[in-house]
Amino acid sequence: MAKSRGFDIRHQRGFTPIALLCFVLLYMPIIILVVYSFNAGQSIAIWEGFSLRWYQAAWENEQVQDATIRSLVVAGAASFIATSAAVLAALATTRTPPYRGSTFVFAMINQPLMVPEIVTAVALLIFFAMIKVATGYTGLWYLILAHSAFCIPFAYMPIRARLQGMDLSLEQAGADLYGTPWRVFRKITLPQLWPGVLAGAMLAFVISLDDVVITEFVKSAGQDTLPTYMLGQLRRVITPEVNAISTVLLAISVILVMAFFVLSRSKK
Amino acid sequence: MAGRADTAAARRRWLLLTPALLVLIFAASGPLLIVVVYSFLTPGDYGGIEWMFSTDAWFNVVASRDFFDETVTWNDAHLSIFWRSVKLSLMTTLACFIFGLPTAYFIATRPKGQRDFWMLLIIIPFWTNLLIRTFAVMEIIRNEGVVNTFLINMGVIQEPIQMLFTDFAIMVGMTYVYLPLMVLPIYASLERLDFSLVEASYDLYARRWRVLRRVILPLAKPGMIAGSILVFVPSLGAYVTPRVLGGGKNLMLGNLIELQFGQGRNWPLGAALSITLLAIVMVALLIYVRQAEREGSHG
Repeated sequence: MAKSRGFDIRHQRGFTPIALLCFVLLYMPIIILVVYSFNAGQSIAIWEGFSLRWYQAAWENEQVQDATIRSLVVAGAASFIATSAAVLAALATTRTPPYRGSTFVFAMINQPLMVPEIVTAVALLIFFAMIKVATGYTGLWYLILAHSAFCIPFAYMPIRARLQGMDLSLEQAGADLYGTPWRVFRKITLPQLWPGVLAGAMLAFVISLDDVVITEFVKSAGQDTLPTYMLGQLRRVITPEVNAISTVLLAISVILVMAFFVLSRSKK
Repeated sequence: MAGRADTAAARRRWLLLTPALLVLIFAASGPLLIVVVYSFLTPGDYGGIEWMFSTDAWFNVVASRDFFDETVTWNDAHLSIFWRSVKLSLMTTLACFIFGLPTAYFIATRPKGQRDFWMLLIIIPFWTNLLIRTFAVMEIIRNEGVVNTFLINMGVIQEPIQMLFTDFAIMVGMTYVYLPLMVLPIYASLERLDFSLVEASYDLYARRWRVLRRVILPLAKPGMIAGSILVFVPSLGAYVTPRVLGGGKNLMLGNLIELQFGQGRNWPLGAALSITLLAIVMVALLIYVRQAEREGSHG
């Protein structure tokens, strides 16, 4: 009876309009930002026709070039370090019986997710200032280390998830056939684990590429990454050049996230 | 024998954990301890610290002593920033909830094949640059932005409404950037919702509102609590959003902390404020864990 009158038990009044409004609001600012990156005029609000001039301006801007390379170097190195460390950590903490210190390990690995970023940033500023004074080294490794640390939980999560779903019997068979632990790991565990590793590395890369707060506090003079460069531009008149840089960064993130989504769904 | 096998396993485990723990101790946990130490030192004249014990920084978090007659008063500037941070974070959490619950419910009630698509729409903004999303909000609400231009062209208003550089702007911005953090956990608990319970309530002549309040919301409670914490915690420590949208006048805790390491040149005070923020966040997380455990034990 109810069905025939079109009574939908899942319906709640007003929910669907709010949800759809939510999606519109979520994407409208981003879409407007992207659209104005193609503006021919100086303004980020008045449309004066299509042009790629701001992309060209950004491309030819030496500060932007520098910042881009630095962003990529830091993100690449940090995601490599974080992912390697996360693979080992996941191997140690997954598929094991309860052990002493598991709470400590859990808290350590997830610490970057729990502590507010500004607090970590301040802590690193203080600590690295001490090291800078003591050693005189002011290179890029401070940034890489800082990024590696907060990327670890993001790399760890998908790797651990993958490992938990894996079949132990193949590895046991490998060990029964006198495979050395290293050989078993390389020939059996790693190939199965690979989608998780790749997914973790991509997440870490995106997280590092997007970081503003910690980078802003840790960087030495002249070590801008793309996000901190953009934050610095706030003090000036904003031109669509910022929109153009944003659009490129957005595109990279979206592609990596979609790839991550596909990877983490594969073989489930 | 079993004991020896156990020790070998433990040694292997800690060996594998070493690289991750080293990086984390060196560039995350260790420095936090130094912040605690710094909060008990004397500020240096040009930033940095003097190695002299002092509790002034902690005193200055909430109070101030008059330079001349040594009378102690509340530090109104700091207290108002604390209050603004808590107020804006709570309002942001509420706004995220008002938008997030229907959105999560909407996704959870789609046919199975479509849910991934809607979820992806929520997840993509979450993984894109926070600074860029804040920029996007700024461009929309500024005086020459889309919203004001539209309202003026429609004849609703004559002059642009000043929205940028207000508390309202900060709240809108934080709601915008943290909304996915509310939708994800609520969706996770709604996805498992057994709609035969809803059907049963309708069979017992419950009205929609009552079904929502007495059946759906209680079952979504764990997700709602998780979402609220996930939004509240980063809001409280927000730095980028209030800096971009508050325009340097409407400070939140994160900006107050930064100020001590910049123009303020009072590192110990900055350290004490950081620990205060951390403590508030930890209390919020603890409440959440307690709550989650209670929910768990109820089944």
